[in-house]
Amino acid sequence: MSSLTEKDRPVVQLLLNTGTCPRCILRFCCVGSQTLYRHPYKDLMKDLKEFLKNNREKEDTVGFDVVDPPCKRLRLEHTREGPDDVNHNGVLQQIPSVNDENAAVENSTVKVCNVCLGILQEFCEADFVKKVCQKVHSADYQFTSFVFSVSLPPQLSVRERAAWLLVKQEMGNLGLSLAKDDIVQLKEAYKWIIHPQLSEELGVPADGKVLFEVSVVFAHPETDEECHFLATACPDCFKPAKNKQSVFTRMAVIKALEKIKEEDFLKHFPCPSSSPENFCVALEIQCNNGAVFVAGRYNKYSRNLPQTPWIIDGERKLESSVEELISEHLMAEFKADSFNFSSSGREDVDVRTLGNGRPFAIELVNPRRVHFTAEEMKGLQQTINNSSDKIQVRDLQLVTREAIGRMKEGEEEKTKTYSALIWTDKAIQREDIAFLDDIKELKLDQKTPLRVLHRRPLAVRCRLIHTMKSEYIDEHHFRLQLKTQAGTYIKEFVHGDFGRTKPNIGSLLNRTADILELDVESVDVDWPPTL
Amino acid sequence: LQHSNYISFCRICVITLAEAHPLLQSGKTIKSINYQISANCSRLQNKVSGKSKRGAQFLTELAPLCRISSSDGEEYTIYSCIRGRLIEVNENILSNPTLLQEKPSTEGYIAVVLPKFEESKSITQGLLTQKEYEEVLLKRLNSS
Repeated sequence: MSSLTEKDRPVVQLLLNTGTCPRCILRFCCVGSQTLYRHPYKDLMKDLKEFLKNNREKEDTVGFDVVDPPCKRLRLEHTREGPDDVNHNGVLQQIPSVNDENAAVENSTVKVCNVCLGILQEFCEADFVKKVCQKVHSADYQFTSFVFSVSLPPQLSVRERAAWLLVKQEMGNLGLSLAKDDIVQLKEAYKWIIHPQLSEELGVPADGKVLFEVSVVFAHPETDEECHFLATACPDCFKPAKNKQSVFTRMAVIKALEKIKEEDFLKHFPCPSSSPENFCVALEIQCNNGAVFVAGRYNKYSRNLPQTPWIIDGERKLESSVEELISEHLMAEFKADSFNFSSSGREDVDVRTLGNGRPFAIELVNPRRVHFTAEEMKGLQQTINNSSDKIQVRDLQLVTREAIGRMKEGEEEKTKTYSALIWTDKAIQREDIAFLDDIKELKLDQKTPLRVLHRRPLAVRCRLIHTMKSEYIDEHHFRLQLKTQAGTYIKEFVHGDFGRTKPNIGSLLNRTADILELDVESVDVDWPPTL
Repeated sequence: LQHSNYISFCRICVITLAEAHPLLQSGKTIKSINYQISANCSRLQNKVSGKSKRGAQFLTELAPLCRISSSDGEEYTIYSCIRGRLIEVNENILSNPTLLQEKPSTEGYIAVVLPKFEESKSITQGLLTQKEYEEVLLKRLNSS
């Protein structure tokens, strides 16, 4: 035990006697050597006992040459005598002799550590590592590195505090101090031990920045109520929230421990902590991958296809949707749990999207596969395009979450061009519509269209029609190309919506006009990058 | 009650004058339209906010929307006929009353009302279709 020194002996003895495991003992002695923690449990236990024995032997054989501070010797004698150890504070209770240092017999059963409740014992072993890796393998994720995150039961913080107070007092008797921050954190030590084992078994390194997360939740129901005394001592730390099952969350417990005074803590909680009957249990081992984002542009060739599923009262009103036709194949390839579809604006069921198409992005949640080459993406694009003639996609590619912002920008700021087939009640001649071509930057006042008024607030929108180009067909029909500001309601500009969009084609031509067909010719957003 | 109602499948109702309304018969000229239906209530002061149209004046079937005076001294009260929230009244007919007579079913509408979601189906069922309306008029003509 090269990292343990003279001054550590009393602490080591004390903690060992009170039921603390070797690794926790190392932590409280501020041993920073990671490799030491990785030694097998049995070896650590043996070495610790050796370390303590050496001290005793030295005392007996060396005799007067060794100057041991009198109080230290007193301490040791006290522990050898056993019960009824009353300290100055009148707080320290009976110290049970868990591992009799004089016994030559090694304990075959491992007692549950009174500080880590088994986390640094059983859950560092190869068996547990195997169990975790089995779960990871069966979940069938594609990953090149991992993050291992661990959720510990709140009462561990309470027991940690009790152990610190115990050790602090002991060291105080020796004229030494121990800052809470000098102690090695349980989670840190745990990761020192388990990361290399997981890395080895999974064949990939641990990397804190990565999105593939293996998480384990530990629980110790036997001691769950140990935190409850904190609620009486610091009631304002524990406010019941609707979503939380228990009010005693890790954060709340830590906060309360920061607030509570040492005397109050010792009044309510046994120091040293009791030895529990059972080890912690690993409640859940879960795998989760960070979302991936696939972007592209879609064309819509059907006049009978909604963008999102159209379901009223549980009944589907129209078959399929743009988002389903695109996402279906992506979900299958990426093996994701679910998806979120968004696009730079959208069009009505009966409107086609031509030209370059409309930018879209799909968030694939918890995908099992994340690596796709450009070739594979091209192949995916082809699969989607082969599966339906109602939609087609292009420029399909993986993008980052940040890139989505560029697409939403487009929705509000960028122009769109349209082609509308217009009908008029009174006859028109070519001359009657020619003037439309000369109108630039026509300002519209559009009240919220009646057709969306049930789900949108009533408001007036000012929008610009930048340019128009008419194409005469016959006395009652013509085609109109328009370039407009984002957010302009085209249909309402044509038929006037009961006069609630002004001006409108009807008012401009002094006739009643209606729209027969509408196509989106272009969405002027230069994202995602053209492939 | 001689109004007609237009309901799109999204529950919004537009209140307009029915074909047979006296104001739409030849010879009638509109003198004025008044949305102040009582000392405390002007339909012009109706203000709605948000998706759920909070603050809207609530209308019952017999709630007056406006009073219209014709140049021959007659006054007609136009009633809502529909229970629901008043979304807006048509201010265009205030500045241009002929709109009401020239385009009664479109630009000359009177008001827009949004019934309660639960009531929209029963309201639709309580109205007459164009055909049924014409039958009513025919009966009226024959009986007079």
